[in-house]
Amino acid sequence: MLEDLFSVVKTRFNGTEPNTSNVKKDVKTDIPKDLLFKCPRCSNVTFMDDFTGNAKVCPKCNYHSRISAKERIDMTFDKGSLIEFDKNMTSKNPIDFQDYEEKQESIREKTGLKDAIITGEATIRGDRVVIAVMDSRYMMASMGSVVGEKLTRAFEFATENKLPIIVFTASGGARMQEGTVSLMQMAKTSGAVARHNEAGLLYITVMTDPTTGGVTASFASLGDIIIAEPKVLIGFAGRRVIEGTIKQRLPDDFQSAEFLMEKGFVDMIVERKKIRRTLSHLLKLHQSKGGAANE
Amino acid sequence: MNNLPASERLDIVRNKFRPTVRDYIPMLFDDFFEMHGDRYYGDDGAIIGGIAYFNGTPVTVISQVKGRNLEENKASNFSMPHPEGYRKALRLAHQAEKFYRPIICLIDTPGAFCGVEAEERGQGEAIAKNLMEFMTLKTPVFSIVLGEGGSGGALALGVCDELAMLSNALYSVISPRGFASILWKDATREREACDIMKITAEDLQRLGICDYIIEEPEGGAHNNPDLVAENISSYLCDAFKRNLLKPIDELLNDRYTKFRKIGEFEENLDS
Repeated sequence: MLEDLFSVVKTRFNGTEPNTSNVKKDVKTDIPKDLLFKCPRCSNVTFMDDFTGNAKVCPKCNYHSRISAKERIDMTFDKGSLIEFDKNMTSKNPIDFQDYEEKQESIREKTGLKDAIITGEATIRGDRVVIAVMDSRYMMASMGSVVGEKLTRAFEFATENKLPIIVFTASGGARMQEGTVSLMQMAKTSGAVARHNEAGLLYITVMTDPTTGGVTASFASLGDIIIAEPKVLIGFAGRRVIEGTIKQRLPDDFQSAEFLMEKGFVDMIVERKKIRRTLSHLLKLHQSKGGAANE
Repeated sequence: MNNLPASERLDIVRNKFRPTVRDYIPMLFDDFFEMHGDRYYGDDGAIIGGIAYFNGTPVTVISQVKGRNLEENKASNFSMPHPEGYRKALRLAHQAEKFYRPIICLIDTPGAFCGVEAEERGQGEAIAKNLMEFMTLKTPVFSIVLGEGGSGGALALGVCDELAMLSNALYSVISPRGFASILWKDATREREACDIMKITAEDLQRLGICDYIIEEPEGGAHNNPDLVAENISSYLCDAFKRNLLKPIDELLNDRYTKFRKIGEFEENLDS
């Protein structure tokens, strides 16, 4: 599944993915890498400062690059407002998968993350909201025990405290290394969504690159409102698997946010720069409703 | 006690004489009426659903359909449902809820179909909806894995009050073939994948996923389908006794808890 994602991204980039040897030829080696950003989609080169100042969106082609959960939280919610939940939860190795602990250990060192999701309570323009943000740097944000448990607890906290919840999704799907236990996280999280839903509370999904597999087939698709970032990949099956079935190449925009909106599975496509404002408006819109959400 | 490795069970569940839902329905139920369609798009042959009597109790039966020959398999898309199949299942589940009929889901699929139209019609959304709505369905649900239970496509009929598995059945996050192709980029190593995935009924009982194991005769269900039907039937009788009289709130709480407690993690408070 992960390989599929990478190949999709590569094909979408029309083969302009910079590989190190090209970079060396194009850019003089004495220019530090972190000074420049070369867009993998349109190959345009900009100063890193301009790219980061533009919320890590390519200023030329509007490619919304993947960002870390921490960056996402900083640009979306009120500064310093996050009260993080279950910060130190780590997964065990339920099916004794070879090298699983070692693999996680090295990713933890590289990313500073404990697993693929950050959950907590924060405010957005002063309004309280429960949040969950996935981070694709951690095993392509696949869902195993920790992602499932943290999300479930976040939903349960929101239900108990009558709060809305916003989930930024990004995932390669269920985490293979935890086997059927990962599959069951789909049911567990969907159950927690069901209870939050029955309490009459608002759930907003923001789908970011990539949202696929078992995550698409569970909580990601269950928001009252489903927002997607422009041009991100959203789908259930891997592209390569489908191409193998139909024996032909799929168009580049297959399983894009725009494709999903056309088919009726996404409410709106919102640019990163407008996400904070949009979410804040949507939260305010739901504050005057009657029923359980009313204090 | 079944000591076969998962890869040998894979051979058994793929044996072309292995009984399918079409064999079991007349052995388990009386007066089965098949119901068709999701009321939105079409009727998916990969999922059969209907109402019948089980020992005199009206029930709703929903199942993925493995074909017994090429023709049947064409009609049932080799038991790989499209979104309209899952939506048909959900429609029939809500119908069962309305009349407080217990639901019996039989799981037998390598996975949800992976195709262009399935994506266009929202395969992910259809499965997600089933997971969410089955969790709060106000009627008892019993799921039994008959053969292969592959990925979200199987789980869409697997949110239940009790999960039982035939003793050679397998239930996995992805088909062993898919697992091998991702892990080693070599789909032909599926038998090897099978044996490390922990997907037998005993494995899953240890992981708190499978609640009951229904015995098959030596060599597999095809050696004595009548006996297997009898074992399923007596399992269901017991399951009904355990659940049918539970107050609905308790039933739903237990169902939620059944899935809520699955997962293995540590909380390192000091780090």
